[in-house]
Amino acid sequence: MSDGSDATNADGARRVSDSSDDGPVLAADGRPLKQSLQRALRRQKLRALGLIAPLLIFILVTFIAPIADMLFRSVENQIVSDTLPQTVQTLADWDPDSGELPGQEVFRDFYFDLAVAAQRKKHTQLGTRLNYELTGVSSLFRRSGRRIDDIGEVYMDQFEDLNAAWGEEMTWARLMGSEDWLQEQEAWNADAAAADEADRDFDRPLPAFEFGADVRAELPRTAAVFDEFAHYMRTDNQESVMEDEPWEVAYAALYEDLMANPDAAAAFSGENATILSEAADAVPKFQAVDYKAAILETEEGWSDPQVWATIQTFSPDYTTGYFLNAVDLQMTPDGIQAQPRDQQIYVLLFKRTLFMSLMIMGSCVVLGYPIAYLLSNLPLRESNMLMILVLLPFWTSLLVRTSAWKVLLQQQGVINDLLVWLGLVADDSRLVMINNQFGTIVAMTHILLPFMILPLYSVMKTIPPSYVRAAKSLGATNWTAFWRVYFPQSVPGIGAGCILVFILSIGYYITPELVGGTTGTFISNRIAYHISSSLNWGLAAALGSILLAVVLLLYWVYDKIVGIDNVSLG
Amino acid sequence: MTAASEQGFVVFDRVQKSYDGETLVVKDLNLSIGKGEFLTMLGPSGSGKTTCLMMLAGFETATHGDILLDGKPINNIPPHKRGIGMVFQNYALFPHMTVAENLAFPLEVRNISRSDRESKVKHALDMVQMGDFGGRRPAQLSGGQQQRIALARALVFEPELVLMDEPLGALDKQLREHMQFEITNLAHQLGITTVYVTHDQTEALTMSDRVAVFDDGRIQQLAAPDELYEQPQNSFVAQFIGENNTMMGTVKEIKGDACIVQLDGGELIDAVPVNVSKPGERTLISIRPERVEFNKERLHEDAHTLKAEVLEFIYMGDIFRTRLKVAGNENFVIKTRNAPDQRRLKPGEQIEIGWLPQDCRALDA
Ligand SMILES: Nc1ncnc2c1ncn2[C@@H]1O[C@H](COP(=O)(O)OP(=O)(O)OP(=O)(O)O)[C@@H](O)[C@H]1O
Ligand SMILES: [Mg+2]
Repeated sequence: MSDGSDATNADGARRVSDSSDDGPVLAADGRPLKQSLQRALRRQKLRALGLIAPLLIFILVTFIAPIADMLFRSVENQIVSDTLPQTVQTLADWDPDSGELPGQEVFRDFYFDLAVAAQRKKHTQLGTRLNYELTGVSSLFRRSGRRIDDIGEVYMDQFEDLNAAWGEEMTWARLMGSEDWLQEQEAWNADAAAADEADRDFDRPLPAFEFGADVRAELPRTAAVFDEFAHYMRTDNQESVMEDEPWEVAYAALYEDLMANPDAAAAFSGENATILSEAADAVPKFQAVDYKAAILETEEGWSDPQVWATIQTFSPDYTTGYFLNAVDLQMTPDGIQAQPRDQQIYVLLFKRTLFMSLMIMGSCVVLGYPIAYLLSNLPLRESNMLMILVLLPFWTSLLVRTSAWKVLLQQQGVINDLLVWLGLVADDSRLVMINNQFGTIVAMTHILLPFMILPLYSVMKTIPPSYVRAAKSLGATNWTAFWRVYFPQSVPGIGAGCILVFILSIGYYITPELVGGTTGTFISNRIAYHISSSLNWGLAAALGSILLAVVLLLYWVYDKIVGIDNVSLG
Repeated sequence: MTAASEQGFVVFDRVQKSYDGETLVVKDLNLSIGKGEFLTMLGPSGSGKTTCLMMLAGFETATHGDILLDGKPINNIPPHKRGIGMVFQNYALFPHMTVAENLAFPLEVRNISRSDRESKVKHALDMVQMGDFGGRRPAQLSGGQQQRIALARALVFEPELVLMDEPLGALDKQLREHMQFEITNLAHQLGITTVYVTHDQTEALTMSDRVAVFDDGRIQQLAAPDELYEQPQNSFVAQFIGENNTMMGTVKEIKGDACIVQLDGGELIDAVPVNVSKPGERTLISIRPERVEFNKERLHEDAHTLKAEVLEFIYMGDIFRTRLKVAGNENFVIKTRNAPDQRRLKPGEQIEIGWLPQDCRALDA
């Protein structure tokens, strides 16, 4: 009997040691256990991912992506290099400290960039952008844009005088377009005409414009202008380039190209070659335009080297300029400097926002703590009543509540009337309680109070009354029992409430807008102004980013000091 | 002896309590607890035990009557000035303080110097054999350990009176028995007066000098454990404490400290009259299962016996538990010791049972 059991034991032991010698432990189906565990877990993870996917996608698309885009705008500055691509390159070599205007070639490139931008109506946007950095630039761009075509007309007239064919759309289309495109476009035109005849709907898209071989190489400026033109025709007019002659600037471009490359016609054939070589022969005798003088003539302001220095400073694709502006600094050609004193508002606004948010948070704690204490210690029926009173503001429109404060606090308002009636305040020295910081703090404390009370209440609710009783039975006075025993246990609720209220108030907008006047507005009001009125989105984004960073920083500090685990929302 | 100790260290004098002004939760409570006594309040849920304790500790005020501590009425003394140690059912150890800080708390609020504080805390921790746990948080302790800390905290400021409200309710059976022993030992060692609340009757019987059985806001019986068990004063106590067989009957005849009761089936039995006074009264007779005898040789010759039929025999290790049908009652239980010569009854067997007259008590119906 004992022999037998020994034998089975030995067997069992061998089997166990065998499997561990052979390598990995196997699951029932013979696969390594680790592998099948991972498979099982992967399936679980996939299922979990599938469950949260809709919300995740929703949030990514509607929340994270726009925010990321907005934040990106705070450093993005491609508008300068997009609108003035050639100018930016040539201007890079200019030394702004020389005190002189940039050279002829900068003005020439600037003319081409500006003429194209003016046609595409992008020059005003650029003007607005650069106006943030240097006041007055906006009107420079606007006014010059209106008169820039005069320059190209000089060449256009000369080309047309030389050969009337230059005034025809088809001349240009044949010169610039490829054979394939010409055929395709003509077929399209025929179909469209036929459809029009038969009164049918025709919605085949326009064929994309395509340059002929060598056009880009032989006539680079003209091709660049014509490319923009073709794009403009297609997207803005839904027409092909066969429908309209190109912009005046195209003639100037052709002039420059033929001057630079008189043999360009050699690369073309047939009619194109003829007309081009004729032009190439003629252009040296053309009346040339002094671009510098011509541009200065469109607008006197371009003679200020400061303007060109600003364009140069802000030509990179990414800039810290918005962030600098957001902290009352500016990037000038001479480095980073403080904004002029009368434009320094953002640091003050940030400080004010933080200060007032702290005040609001503080008054919420002071007002909310006793209420929450009462709520959690009253019998159920009374505490429910009180809870309804606490929640009442939640159920009233924010605007109504804020307007109510206006009625109450204004100088002819209820409170002032009452004080005057009581004789506490003279009729001619009524208190100013609205449209200033006081008004904002009062109204916002009222609005945010529930966000303090609810977390406090939910934490206090979980503190058993036996703790305070125990403290008293151990000899503590009411105050000691509260301060040493009850209060420390309610701290997580205070923490949660403070974080909630502070973060909500730091980004609050409507109430300060309505009751803040000029001294009680927040940084968010300024952000809203830049988003919707001044359209300086870059600065708005920079201000928003700083606000976000401040909140995250405070959150981190709070985590270090109090510990985020100590925050309980119940 | 001072007047106070003669009168009792803690005295409830005609105390009444109502929470809502409609029903009395405590009705006319009179109780006197001697110095150094271990008194247990035992009773079913809602019988007012905690309420009494809270009135004593000062967290509830008596609606009527006086509570005296050491001869002085304490109705108007706030809880923190009463100097009564208290152990709560959930221990109420302050979660944000370490064990040592918890223990130091009552000393701190009494402005005891730091060095004294430390030595007292250490002493108290050693007393409950938790010397090494001073630096821990309550959440890092097991239930039994927390219980000991709660006890140590209630004792560390050397109160003369300690109140405990179901302090062992949350512990498992084994730990509970161990702690029962430790608590009684400590209480006697330190000579403190203890008022202990429980609804576990074994706990009450094993720990206490005296037990007050509560029901319906009144003390039903106040007596030492053995007296309570063997001589219950009324049917509530008899049924509440331990297991009891009860049968209804009518008093036939009373002769001094013995009487004869006619059961509703017509059978006659011997009993001790407890709260019956004259023949013809309805009565509930009660007899402990372990006092029932079916071995005729061990009974009095002239003892009344009853016919019984065995319904069920349960082997419980140290004892046998046999269910009988007696005088129409199918839940009559007898318990016999598992001794070598003990007879094991079989279901269906017909036997005759009897008892010593003093073991059978005729109580109020
Ligand atoms: N704060 C209170 N308000 C109103 N009624 C109460 C209050 N506390 C207790 N009661 C009522 O008083 C009665 C006695 O309660 P008490 O807590 O003293 O019972 P207990 O004997 O300690 O019961 P348990 O064994 O369940 O702890 C119960 O009916 C209870 O409903
Ligand atoms: Mg109780």
